[in-house]
Order: sequence, then structure tokens, then C-alpha cells
Amino acid sequence: MWSYFARRVAIGIPTLWAIITVCFFMMRLTPGGPFDGEAPVPPEILANLRARFHLDDPLWRQYLDYLANLLRGDFGPSFKYRDFNVTTLIAQGFPVSLQNGFSALVIAIMIGVPLGIFAALGQNTRRDYTVSAFAMTGIVIPNFIMGHVLILIFGVWLKDSVFHLPAGGWADGALANRVLPVFCLSLPYIAYLVRITRGSMIEAMRANYIRTARAKGLPFRLVVLRHALKSALIPVVTFLGPATAFLLTGSMVVETIFQIPGIGRYFVQGALNRDYTLVMGVTILSAALVIAMNLIVDLLYSLLDPRVRYEGKQ
Amino acid sequence: MNGIKFTSAPAAPGEIAGEFTGRSLWQDAWRRLLANRAAVAGMIILAGIALASVIGPFLLPWSYDSIDWEHIEALPPQFSTGHYLGTDSLGRDLLARTLFGGRISLMVGLLATTVALLIGVTVGAVAGFVGGRTDQLLMRFVDLMYSVPLTFFVIILMVVFGRNFALMFLAIGAVEWLTMARIVRGQTLTLRNKEFIEAARASGGSTANIIARHILPNVLGVVMIYVTLTIPQVILLESFLSFLGLGIQEPMTSWGMLINDGAAELEINPRTLIIPATFMTTTLFCLNFLGDGLRDALDPKDR
Amino acid sequence: MSASVLDLKNLSVRFATPEGEVAAVSELSLSVGKGECLGIVGESGSGKSQTFLAAMGLLARNGRAVGEAIFGGINLAAADENTLNRLRGNKLAMIFQDPMTSLTPHMKVGHQLTEVLVRHRNLKFPAARDRAIAMLRRVQISEPERRFEMYPHELSGGLRQRVMIAMALMCGPELIIADEPTTALDVTVQAQILDLIRRAKEELGTAVILITHDLGVVAGMADRVGVMYAGRIVELGEVHQIFNAPQHPYTKGLLACTPRLDDATASALVTIPGQPPDLQQLPTGCAYHPRCGNVMERCRAAAPPLMSTGGGGLKACFLENFGSVQAGTVVP
Ligand SMILES: Nc1ncnc2c1ncn2[C@@H]1O[C@H](COP(=O)(O)OP(=O)(O)OP(=O)(O)O)[C@@H](O)[C@H]1O
Ligand SMILES: [Mg+2]
Repeated sequence: MWSYFARRVAIGIPTLWAIITVCFFMMRLTPGGPFDGEAPVPPEILANLRARFHLDDPLWRQYLDYLANLLRGDFGPSFKYRDFNVTTLIAQGFPVSLQNGFSALVIAIMIGVPLGIFAALGQNTRRDYTVSAFAMTGIVIPNFIMGHVLILIFGVWLKDSVFHLPAGGWADGALANRVLPVFCLSLPYIAYLVRITRGSMIEAMRANYIRTARAKGLPFRLVVLRHALKSALIPVVTFLGPATAFLLTGSMVVETIFQIPGIGRYFVQGALNRDYTLVMGVTILSAALVIAMNLIVDLLYSLLDPRVRYEGKQ
Repeated sequence: MNGIKFTSAPAAPGEIAGEFTGRSLWQDAWRRLLANRAAVAGMIILAGIALASVIGPFLLPWSYDSIDWEHIEALPPQFSTGHYLGTDSLGRDLLARTLFGGRISLMVGLLATTVALLIGVTVGAVAGFVGGRTDQLLMRFVDLMYSVPLTFFVIILMVVFGRNFALMFLAIGAVEWLTMARIVRGQTLTLRNKEFIEAARASGGSTANIIARHILPNVLGVVMIYVTLTIPQVILLESFLSFLGLGIQEPMTSWGMLINDGAAELEINPRTLIIPATFMTTTLFCLNFLGDGLRDALDPKDR
Repeated sequence: MSASVLDLKNLSVRFATPEGEVAAVSELSLSVGKGECLGIVGESGSGKSQTFLAAMGLLARNGRAVGEAIFGGINLAAADENTLNRLRGNKLAMIFQDPMTSLTPHMKVGHQLTEVLVRHRNLKFPAARDRAIAMLRRVQISEPERRFEMYPHELSGGLRQRVMIAMALMCGPELIIADEPTTALDVTVQAQILDLIRRAKEELGTAVILITHDLGVVAGMADRVGVMYAGRIVELGEVHQIFNAPQHPYTKGLLACTPRLDDATASALVTIPGQPPDLQQLPTGCAYHPRCGNVMERCRAAAPPLMSTGGGGLKACFLENFGSVQAGTVVP
């Protein structure tokens, strides 16, 4: 299994490197530099800026420098926030996004998976239809609509009630300020998890070995929990990899709507401001995160399915 | 939510075992589809929205970008002025804007899905049919792409090359083809060893010819299911970009942009958010119902 | 047949399908005596499996059983899950056709064996483990301690079927239902598996229902044989009667289909003409009449009831004098 894992790591690193490279050259080969959009800059200042960001070095030089700096954890200076280092910005924003994302993930798993199982075990009954309709709603209503609807309800209409929640802002992570964004972030997640779990649980309950387990006289609860659940969880675990990417894009929306100082919002602002170093920094970090998550998924996989472990041994 | 698809969700259509060349199989599927009320309702409403988006803007008294200077502030729905759903805060007719936005959103949905379809089916069919090294190489690449947060790339593309319509659907299409390729490959693999393919190969058909004549017609079912499920993903991704201000540019508009505009005046004038949001979610619902219905109709083992 | 273990009385199995309800098994009655081996044969789709799945309470979600399946004084067809669960795996065990998929892939073989004992005998793990390993040895699995710790995918098909048998024997059941236990295995393994089942029957006095479409299997194992066609028993009798003097044209057809080495016509392929019927559109009268070489007018009008053959068996056929019955069509 460890060799299997090592192989996956060995694939992950070149992937990350490829992403960095593609990003870098895409950014540097753009028509129009990063300072074009602003009010006309006097040529000598422009020259200064270019010198400061080493834009006059040959491209390969810039590229090698960038890689070298990355290895030291330095994402370079921000083009836009002149006095900030991208690393500093990320160091500020990342913990915020991570907390929210992790909370949303945990909530989604805790609600979505049981709900999916609940629906699957009553396949084609009313409770199944109700849960599935809820899941469909969660998938179809995008979080940039949901976010605003939540603000409208809890921030505006319920302003004078006990249910009032702040419509935005972070307030250093006050609980009240987290509720709506985390909820909004987790909703589509819950919905997907319900769908996935429902589908895989139905599939699992149809397996021949479930019939065997029932033929042994095991109580239904044990049949589900011991024999069906593990294989039903495999697609759920698979989903966690893409779900990380999913969360990152989700946080762009949610952090923008709720004005939360996380990396999602930095990324959006960076994109709008053509702050290339910031955009690249966040992209690389996100890619690393997704790749890491896929590795963790592979590990979890081998815990759920002995066949993976077996293949790894060979 | 925002156009990120997941690797092996069971929501993705399974492999259809039967051969779908027989006429009656399609007729059976069609009959089953018509028996599915949600799918039929989805089809009808979808047709209505599509038709309204295409011809609606020609029939309305106001165009999507003309400003009614007499009603420069947001106006509630009124028949006398011809603003059937009112205006936005700039005095532009909301219905005209929503329908026009729908035209753009649907168009991006269709075009980007077509791009995804072309790439996905080609890669999938070639990988599945040719097999061996080619297959391994292509599927490794697909795996690799899966482990990359592609939405970021679409955004970077839009930033770097400026926001334009063609680039947008090309970029979206270029990230949405992965699942399609996997599904088509799976189907092709199961088809490859069937007798009629062997027969075609034995009688000296070229690879391209066999793929076009025998493989593609048989993967059509799965592809159709997946197309109806990709379109909503694409519409969501487009509106996500537009929402962030990275999509379509003024004065053009799309549902995502209208939602973004509406969100800005949410507290004073929620109508400007609710109307386009309703159109968009209805469309997405319908497409999902239709996709699910198609899957059940074409893949009856799941009933 | 003084005391029977299982009595099926007018047992029907119906499935709800989008095209309406279909009856996979229709008003079937039979009984299995203590320690007896009853063979059930019939073409694919004749309802062999569904009959006994119904008795086990293991029908698919869209299926329901009507009628009675009496086991130890309890009607299994109408029993609730709790009652069924007390019997299943305990007094009543089933072995399935496909050993490759019938074991839970993510659980060690040992755990899957011991959980039966934990459930029905209230044993703690160490005791259950000892008994499970003893049972593995008994079904002739070498190095049982090592296999005990393995996952199903690490075992061959034959070994897995042995594990399934061990699992079924774990609590010393009164009845084992073996649904095509050898179909998925290669020939050399088949004989060993059948031998195990025969020994279980002889040593433990367990009654066995052996479902198969291989008449050769039945000949060597069964005391009595029931022949099923389109959800009904068409002939039931002692094994030598069925083989030596079949009373139903379908039985004779089946026998003619079985290739025999000692037969001069071995090189010729014999088939019963036509297809098994579509359960949705059963022919009127006797379900077999469209394929029967001896069809009479009354066969089209009414279905023959099960009647005595005179030799102690039962048949569902109007034919009186069976000597001249023509079996299958010989295709040169
Ligand atoms: N869940 C179901 N829904 C509808 N019809 C079913 C279902 N399960 C079984 N059937 C039908 O019941 C009939 C009898 O099936 P059964 O499994 O008993 O056949 P069998 O005699 O065991 O055949 P085989 O030798 O192939 O195992 C078949 O025609 C089958 O199509
Ligand atoms: Mg069967």
C-alpha cells in the first residue's frame, strides 16, 4: 500500500509543477502588462515598477526565480497591494477559508450522508422523494443566489428578531458571522452527498452479499452498517477530492457575498485587478490542496476496500 | 455548485448494456420518458423558456438595453408602460433583460456543451476503441486534469485574454469534457468486443469508420443523458463567472449578471434578483429532471 | 415422508413491474422431508430461485409472496423480519449461485463466519473463532487459520463456495437451500462441492434443496426431484422414476437435452423446440402446450392439475399412456 501511495505522491508533484508552469507562462505572456489598467503611469515610475518586480529579466530567469522562491514558501510581492507580500495575504486569508471550508465539510457529511442512507433505505417511498427533492433543490440553486436569499431573510427581514444574523463581515470570526456563510457553503455539498450516498447505498443494498448477510439472519441494522455501509461510502470518499476544489470555488462566492477576508475573496479581487502574483499564489495553493486531498482520498480508499490494499502489495 | 463536477458520482449515468441500434429500443425508451411526469413537465417548461428567450425579445415593447427615461428608478410591474415585470434601477425593462440574458445563458450552455461533447466523445471513443498505450495515455491525462481545480483556470483564462463570449464557451467546454470522455470510453470498451464490431473489423473497416458507424450510434444514449446534465453545469459556471464580474460584459447580459445586479439592490428592490433567479433555477430544475428522466428511460435496470 | 421440514402450500410469487404484475411462481405446493435431498430442476426463468427466496423472505423489493411456506410451524411467507431473522442462518440456511459476489468484499472471511455464531449462538469471539476454524477445516479448506484472516478476493471461486457452505453449516441447520451451488465453478471443483453438501446431509441429517438446471447433478444427489416449468411444478417424484420413466413430456425433453456419453446419439444436439414462455403472456391452458409434441385439444383449454402418476409421483399432464411420447426434436 505504501508503494501505491508513494506512486501517487510521485504523480502529484509533477502535476503541481505543471500547473505552476502553465500558470506562470500564461500570466507572463499576456498581451498587456499588469500595470496597464491603471491611470497612465509616468514612464519612469513604470520602469521602477518593472525593475522592482524583475519584469525586465529574461523570462526563464523570472521563472527559475519564481520556482526557487516558491520552494522557500515565498509567493512574491503582490502587484496590487504594493506593500504586501502574497505570502502574507495568504497567511491571513487561508486560515479563515480553511475554518469555514472545514466546518462546511463536516456539517455536510454529518447531514448529507445519513440523509442519503435514510432516503436509500426507503427507496421510492415518500421519504425518499422528499429527501431527493431537497437534494435536487440544493444542487440546482447556486450558492450566489442562496447567499443573497439568506441575507434577505436573516439579515433584512428578520432584522428585529432574535434570528437576526449579520449580513456580512467577519468580526474576527464571531460565531454569528460564521453561521450564514458556512451554511451557505455547505448546502450544495449536503445536496450532493445526499445524492451520492443515496445512489451508492441503493447500489450496495442490491449486491449479492447483502442477500447473503440477510440470509444469515443478521438484523437489518447490522446488514446496513456492517455489510453495506463501507462500499456505499466509497463514492462519498471519492467525492471528497473534487469537493475540495468545489469548496474553494464555493468560497470565492461566499466570501465575496459575505465580505469575508479569505483566499477566495482575494482570488476574485486579484483576478479583477489583474494582480497576477496574488492570483497565481492562490491558484497554486488551491491546486496543492486539491492534490493533497486526492492523496488522502486514496488513503481512505484503501481503508474501505481491501482490494486496493491488495493491488498495492503486488 | 459552480461547475465543478465530481469523479465517480453514481449520479453519472451507468453503462447501458443493451445495443441501442434496434428501433424498438428507442421507442421503448421514448415511451418510458413520456411516462415520467417530471421529465415531461421539464421538457415543456424548458421549451417554453427557450422559445421565449429566442423570440421574446423581438415581441416586447422594450429592448434589453434601452433605458426608459421616464421610469429611471426601479418600477414595479406595470402593463400601461409595457414593463410587464417592471424595470431595474436604471429604468431598463426587466422582462426583456431576463429573456435576453436567458438567450445568452442558454447559448453558452449549448455551445460550451457542444465543445465538451466534441472533445469528450472523440477522446473517449478513441481511447476505448484503440485501447493499449493510447488509452492509457489519454486516461492518465484525464485523471490528471481531474486533480486540478479547473475553475481557477477558466478564471485565469478570462482574466488573461480578456472577457469575450467565444473564449468563454471554449474555456468552459474545455474543462467540462472530462466526465464525458470517461463515460464514452467505458461504453466503447464494452462495445468493442461485441460481435457486430468484430464483424465490421473483420470486413476491413477503418478505425475512424467503425467508430463513426458502429460505436457512436451505440453510445448516443449515454451521451444524451450526460449532455442534459452538462448543460446546467455549464450554465451555472457561466453565471458564476458573470456573478464574479468575470463573465459576459455590459451591455450584454446573462442570468448570472442579472442576478449579480439584482443582488446589489437586494434590500430596496428584491424583484430584480428574484426574477432572473427564478428563470435560471427553473431552467436548471427542468434540465435536471429531464436528465434524470432520460437516464431512467434509457437505463431501465435502475427502476 | 413422515415429518417434513418445509411445506409449501399454494405459494405464489408476484412481482410488480412497470408493465403490470407478473407471477414468477404460481400456487406451488411441495414438501421436503427431514434429512431428504430434494432436487429442483427447470429451465432458466422457471421460478426455481424465486420459490425458495420467497421461503427465505429474501424477495426483491418489488416482489411479494402469497400462500404458505411452513417451517417449524411458522409460515415464513407471512413472517415478520424478526421471526425470519431468528431462523435464517440458524435453522434455515441458503447457499447462493455466485460465490464471487456473495461474500462481503470488505470483511475478512473469518468475521463473516463468526458473526453467524455471535448472532445465533451468543458466542464470544474467541469461541466463535475456534468453531469457525473447525468448520473451515471440515469443509476441507487447508490452512484454515490463515484463510480465516483473508478477504474474499484472496480466495478462489471454489474456496469461496466452501466458505459459503461453512457459513451455512455453522449453526447446524435443519434445511439448506443450495441455489445452483456449482454453476459458477469449473467441473473438477463442482464434484468436490457437491460431495461436501452430500456429506453435510449424511453426517448432520440436514435436509437439502438442490436447485439446478443440471440433471446430472440431481441424479447423483437427490432423493426426489421436482421439475418446474413457468412457475409451476410439472412433475415430482423419486429420482429413479424421473430418470427412468418420466411422466411429463417436459421432463422427457429435459432428459433428452442432457448429453450422455453412453448414448449412441451423443453427437446429436437435442433441444426442446421453442422458447420458455413470457410470464407476461402465458399461453392458455397448459403453459407447456406450444412446445409439446403430444399436445391435445384439452391442453389448450385448461391447465392440467397435479395428479398422481401411479408410481408415487405427481405430474401435471393429461396424457394417460406415456409410452409413445415423443421427447425432443433431434437436430442432426
Ligand atoms: N425483481 C423482479 N422483478 C420482476 N421479475 C422478476 C424479479 N426477479 C425475478 N423475476 C422473474 O421471475 C422469474 C423467475 O426467476 P427465477 O430467478 O426464479 O428463475 P430461475 O428458475 O431461478 O432461473 P435461473 O436458472 O436463471 O436462476 C424470471 O422470469 C424473472 O424474470
Ligand atoms: Mg435462479
